[in-house]
Amino acid sequence: MNAEFDPSVGTAVGRSTPKLENREKVTGRAEYIDDLYRPNMLHAAILGSPFAHARILSYDVSEALAAPGVVGVITGDDVPAGRMGAFIKDEHALAKGKVLYLGEPVAAVAAETLEQARAAVNLIRVEYLELPAVLSPEAGLAPDAPILHEALADYIKVFDAGSTGNLCSRTELTEGDVDAAWAGCAVIVEGEFTTQAQAHVAMEPCGALAEMDAQGRVTLWSANQSVFRVQANVCESLQLPMSRLRSLTPRVGGGFGNKMEAHIQPLTVALAMKTGRPVKCVLTREEDFEIVRARHPFRIRMKTGADAEGRLIARECEVLLDCGAFADDSPGVMGYALLMSGGPYRIPNQRATGKLVYTNKLRFGAYRGFGNPQVSFASEQQIDEIARKLSLDPIEMRRRNLLQPGDGWFVGPKVASNGLSACLDAVEKASAWGRKPDAKPGTRRAKGIALSAHISGLLGTGAIVRMLEDGTISLNTGATDIGQGSDTALAQICAETLKVPVEMVSVASPDTDGSPYNWGTTASRVTYTTGRAVAGAAGEVLRQAMGHAAEMLDVPVEDLELREGGRIAIRGSNTDLPFAAISGRAHWAKGGPIVGSHTLVFDEPTHDPKRAIALGLPFPRIGVFSFAATVVDVEIDEVTGQARVTEAWSAVDVGRAINPRLVDVQIEGGFIQGMGFALYEEMVWDGPKLANPSLLDYKVPTSADSPHVHSIIVEDPEPSGPFGAKGAGEIGLNPVPAAIANAVGAALGGVSHDLPLTAERLLPRIIEAEHAA
Amino acid sequence: MSRIHVTTTINGDPVEYLCDPEETLLDVLRDRLGLTGSKEGCGTGDCGACSVTMNGRLVCSCLVLGAEAEGAQIATIEGMAKGETLHPLQRKFIEHAALQCGICTPGILVAAKSLLERNPDPTEEEARYWLAGNLCRCTGYDKIIRAVMDAAAEMREAS
Repeated sequence: MNAEFDPSVGTAVGRSTPKLENREKVTGRAEYIDDLYRPNMLHAAILGSPFAHARILSYDVSEALAAPGVVGVITGDDVPAGRMGAFIKDEHALAKGKVLYLGEPVAAVAAETLEQARAAVNLIRVEYLELPAVLSPEAGLAPDAPILHEALADYIKVFDAGSTGNLCSRTELTEGDVDAAWAGCAVIVEGEFTTQAQAHVAMEPCGALAEMDAQGRVTLWSANQSVFRVQANVCESLQLPMSRLRSLTPRVGGGFGNKMEAHIQPLTVALAMKTGRPVKCVLTREEDFEIVRARHPFRIRMKTGADAEGRLIARECEVLLDCGAFADDSPGVMGYALLMSGGPYRIPNQRATGKLVYTNKLRFGAYRGFGNPQVSFASEQQIDEIARKLSLDPIEMRRRNLLQPGDGWFVGPKVASNGLSACLDAVEKASAWGRKPDAKPGTRRAKGIALSAHISGLLGTGAIVRMLEDGTISLNTGATDIGQGSDTALAQICAETLKVPVEMVSVASPDTDGSPYNWGTTASRVTYTTGRAVAGAAGEVLRQAMGHAAEMLDVPVEDLELREGGRIAIRGSNTDLPFAAISGRAHWAKGGPIVGSHTLVFDEPTHDPKRAIALGLPFPRIGVFSFAATVVDVEIDEVTGQARVTEAWSAVDVGRAINPRLVDVQIEGGFIQGMGFALYEEMVWDGPKLANPSLLDYKVPTSADSPHVHSIIVEDPEPSGPFGAKGAGEIGLNPVPAAIANAVGAALGGVSHDLPLTAERLLPRIIEAEHAA
Repeated sequence: MSRIHVTTTINGDPVEYLCDPEETLLDVLRDRLGLTGSKEGCGTGDCGACSVTMNGRLVCSCLVLGAEAEGAQIATIEGMAKGETLHPLQRKFIEHAALQCGICTPGILVAAKSLLERNPDPTEEEARYWLAGNLCRCTGYDKIIRAVMDAAAEMREAS
């Protein structure tokens, strides 16, 4: 049961309500994982592997155990043989038998103080047999490559992965007849593209605190994007019944995908169970770089053909992904990237294939955009390339090919709301697209554009809404707010449905003991999927309240209406009842306390077998579509080759902005994170070792580097969404590298094949352009 | 090694503590004094989440030893609001949605206050450069800069 979209009523949805927890955050009182302390708590430190690939022959922990303050040590021998993983269950709580990347946790110490724990890890002796390492996907596919996961065939997989050797998974999507279509193309462009590993750099490093009670039940607080995925991962790897683990969350200091699946929760729980005392483990920034996860490096081969009028006819995309040592979310990222590889265009013939290969590096996984920014970087540049060949303006080229309202997506997902055209119009106007920017002497300058679509949806979610005795409302969803403001947006949806002020709604902190299931804060899904659950649960509360009111006022339910302030009234009369009176009756006299719950799982199929062929599709049911258009103005220093975004315009169709200002921040923050990815952020490996695991050597954008981003909200209501809303979390990032590359292409000519677009890469192109001129 | 006895002033209150010689001011604030508003984002002075002022100078408390606070005036995020009354910067951060996850927020507020004490009328560029030592991964900085400029204007008017 979803609330109808009606912009004429309500006072909560569509308002830029400040985030509910702002006051504690500006006064320093918000509590994050590192701010939690428990009586008798121990501190943990981790020993990382010195090798990228090695067999573990033996451990000697005697010296560490004898060190001052040490209470417990765990190694791979202390953890069960369980394996966890979202798509392929290939990962233990702690390395067991083998290490698969440099830095992988092999042992951990719990001691009275952090300094004692850190000193003691260096006293653990581990004997290894070093094995040859696989450091690239190409090397992993070589016929004589060392094999990372010898038991890969036996692992539990949740989809048809096609795993073999070091091939973690493969996916193939085909629609139309690509091979035959090339003959009908007047223009064909083809190229190879690479993208680099990007670190999430949530300002809060990952951490966990676990405590076992006298009955052997464990309570676990951690920095996470889903208390339920934490519970599943810990219980799968440590072979615990889920009912034995309670997973909670303090405030979370950003995620961007980094905190969705497990990080150090399993080993922290293992230490707490071993020592019988509360244990806190918080990663250093260096460890957070080295042992959590990062954005996948992609190698992309893409080919696109169009007719003489610029109408796209065929697109072929082949990707090779570095998986890192464990599958994590990688199969999903690859499958999703392939699904998005055509972009938001009508292309009748498409083929997208990919291989995901295990390597001896840290796992790559979910990162805002989920593979979409990488394929968009290739796709959107090829749209510009074709436009250049046909002397079409890039915007006109895109207009001729836009996915139209009513069109389905590649392979088959339905697209209900589609505000893409309005997004394009909005940035064209706002950026004064037709006006070429003036370049200062010594600089090249141009604008670039890129479009994007992104889903919001996926999997299960729920909400419980309770009317308290005094008529105020308690909302419990299990969705972790990682800072983006979902607690506030969900409270607004609840308040709007019940026509009460937002201040009357309290939001419960996610707790696997008390909250309904929520897959996670990921896939731009909370406002859309959990919002639906909230509207449904609040609607159920309203239905029950109406039933009480009908009996109390002795009128049929049909004669009643809900009024602002949480009152149920007889239509056309002044007779009404406040929620307090209704809830009081329910609690003390008749019917029982009013509780509404609603759960759902996104169940629209991704693949339409009548339309396309899909092999190895990791997400059989995907989501609804948001759209975006981004224009950037880029200035390049002719002497240094340094590129800088001077101004940006980003329009995003979010269906309905539940909280417009919070949508703005998603657009702006996503833009700057995408700009860092486009221009300079890069994790660099020196052989198997990450060479720049610090914020000194890994540069993220600062306030001085960041331009003014004009965020523009476009609202094309999604029929299935709560009050028409769909996702906004990731889409703002997707088109940014492509738009910047297109601006660079307009300024210097040519195509940018490799990210990031550093001065070292751009300077030779400036020199080349000058020679050509 | 014996601990060091330190007498200092934090947010106007006299404070005494014992700390290890190698212990940072950040660890003292967080672990010994329960002032957890200052955050550790890196521990190497690169992110600014632990920003405090020491005798009026903006510092990363992860790069200052607890022992160095002897006789000093330390100001942290916990001292910014006066009772229930928020500082104009705190109010403007809420008004402009200039915070998301909130880890960088205490450090940015302390740094912005320090800017406005030196320069009550900064240009946007001056504000952007002054705050360049405070990393934020969520907001994209625009709303932070708007909030700082707006707070500066309000504070100038009030003074």
